[in-house]
Amino acid sequence: MISALRTLGYRTVMLLEHLGHMAAFVGEIGLNLVRPPFRFGRLVMETFDVGVLSLAIVCLSGATVGAVLGLQGYNTLTRFGAEGSLGAVVGLTLVRELGPVFTALLVTGRAGSAMAAEIASMVTTEQLDGLRMMSIDPIDFVVTPKALAMVLVMPMLNALFILFAFFGGYVIGVQLLGVDGGTYVTSLENAITFEDDVAGTLLKSVVFGLLVGIIATYRGYTAEPTSAGVSAATTGTVVTASVTILIFDYVITALWGV
Amino acid sequence: MSEADRIQLEGIHLAFGSRQVYRNLDCRFPRGEISVLMGGSGAGKSTLLRLMAGLLRPDRGRVVVAGEEITSLSERDLFRMRERIGMLFQGGALLDAMTVFENVALPLREHSRLSETDIRAEVERRLVAVGLPDTGGLMPRELSGGMLRRAALARAIVTDPEILICDEPFSGLDPLNVRRIEALLIELNRRLGLTMIVTSHHLPSSLRMASQLVFLIDGGAVVGTPRELLASEDPRVREFLEAETAGMPGFEAVPGVAS
Amino acid sequence: MQRSPTRDLTVGLFVAAGLAAIGYLSIQIGGLSYKGDGGLELYAVFDEIGGLKERAPVAVAGVTVGQVTAIALDDVLRARVTLDLDAGLELPSDSSAAVRTSGVLGDQFIALEPGGEEELLVSGEEIAFTENALSLERLIGKFVHDSGIEDE
Repeated sequence: MISALRTLGYRTVMLLEHLGHMAAFVGEIGLNLVRPPFRFGRLVMETFDVGVLSLAIVCLSGATVGAVLGLQGYNTLTRFGAEGSLGAVVGLTLVRELGPVFTALLVTGRAGSAMAAEIASMVTTEQLDGLRMMSIDPIDFVVTPKALAMVLVMPMLNALFILFAFFGGYVIGVQLLGVDGGTYVTSLENAITFEDDVAGTLLKSVVFGLLVGIIATYRGYTAEPTSAGVSAATTGTVVTASVTILIFDYVITALWGV
Repeated sequence: MSEADRIQLEGIHLAFGSRQVYRNLDCRFPRGEISVLMGGSGAGKSTLLRLMAGLLRPDRGRVVVAGEEITSLSERDLFRMRERIGMLFQGGALLDAMTVFENVALPLREHSRLSETDIRAEVERRLVAVGLPDTGGLMPRELSGGMLRRAALARAIVTDPEILICDEPFSGLDPLNVRRIEALLIELNRRLGLTMIVTSHHLPSSLRMASQLVFLIDGGAVVGTPRELLASEDPRVREFLEAETAGMPGFEAVPGVAS
Repeated sequence: MQRSPTRDLTVGLFVAAGLAAIGYLSIQIGGLSYKGDGGLELYAVFDEIGGLKERAPVAVAGVTVGQVTAIALDDVLRARVTLDLDAGLELPSDSSAAVRTSGVLGDQFIALEPGGEEELLVSGEEIAFTENALSLERLIGKFVHDSGIEDE
């Protein structure tokens, strides 16, 4: 009993310490964002790694998810003779939930894990210490551009995912199942408003980008300098980021109703 | 504190978990000299370098670099202090996403106001000095172990530091490359008067280049000139020397080691 | 920093595509602002608008020509709806507006029925003839009530 309590106490202290370190880390990133030099060249490089390299998987998944939604939506709606609302069903599902969540999970798997692995292997091969010895702050030089790229790229990938999914739903619903094309588009455009839906999707994707960026860079930065440390940072990033995304998705939906 | 000492360690205590690495370690590294740190694996050679570079803080004790106590400095002041120090890492620690040229140019781009032409000329000059002309366009992964070490050396000295710290510069290299790096380090020391602290397992080159040898034994330091230590009666020093020279034919050439 | 023209170009294209996607989602699909010319602003006053919402489409013969930009209550507690229509729309002054429903579950929209007058409606005028939203409950209630009276 006593030992169980002691374990609980220890765990709590460890968790708090961990969160404290993370907060300090995020503070450092924030400070480097507003303090010169602004490393635009590095931001472009990271945007390439995060955005361009994730583009194919995001677009492909978007089209597939849209196609599945088109099929499922049609099968359900047609029972009520309401297949005219297919566009609204596909659109609202995607913009409010599937778009931002799916995109964030995909980017976590594709770019977040790579980001953590890259930083962790830089720890292992003393590249970060090498930077420190050149009087260059690794958080400024390596971490900040990566985290910032994640935040900037996520809403873009999210929007692309959603548009590709609209297209996937259109191909299935309109070309294959015979819903009227104009009805699909009109129903979709009428159902979605900027204030209620699009702003929400953008908010979600920016928050998710922030979470993935921070978790991936933090796990990489604090990795043990061994090959086991690199793999732990990579796996840890995917697990932590995925769970955090889903929790925050619920919280944002509950608070703002998007 | 004497001006003759570039780096001073006083009463250093450090433990990793339950493993006590240093117990009240004292050591000083004289200006303009090459000091070689020796000791078995786990004796804390690299760790001592990290203490001097401010990459690690001791549990207790003082680290004084060029007259400045660094153990209590903030991270920002440490960055300023490190401009005096160049460090050659064991694995080179070149950024593998950049070419050799960009790696060597990086400290200049960050801390000098040189024009692009001047940077280009300076980097090229350093690469020639370490015997790597025309490698600037290569990526670090395209270099061999010896070339990597020399490229890293070019980067470590490109800003003309007063102190050069080298972590195992000879490990994993063939004898030819060992000789080459050794000659480079000695030349740097003679020509620029750099204070150097080198860790090494490699006894012959250590004896050739060191003006001061530091043995890390049992959490403390045994310091002396190569000649003094080779003649040392300390059983721990003798044990180390004999283990290092065992099975090395022709090592009788080094006085005092022949058995 | 190492710059590679190809990578810079790719990143530029990516960012352009990403921003275009966000813009398309916000403006075209989200209806951040109405895409048409706008310009012709008319009012219509209804006793009952049912579930009509802002940004609902306005159609003539099923063709979308504008949208509802504002819904407010006027002095005598009737619903005053502001319509933003294509500037080139030539609507006779005796045209009428009706709140209609599209499909079974569909949203409500405003259908305009052009009249026969030569004179045209201009910006700021009110559509005189309006037809209220059909309320299913009221309809049924009325039917039951009416038939009850007849039976007695």
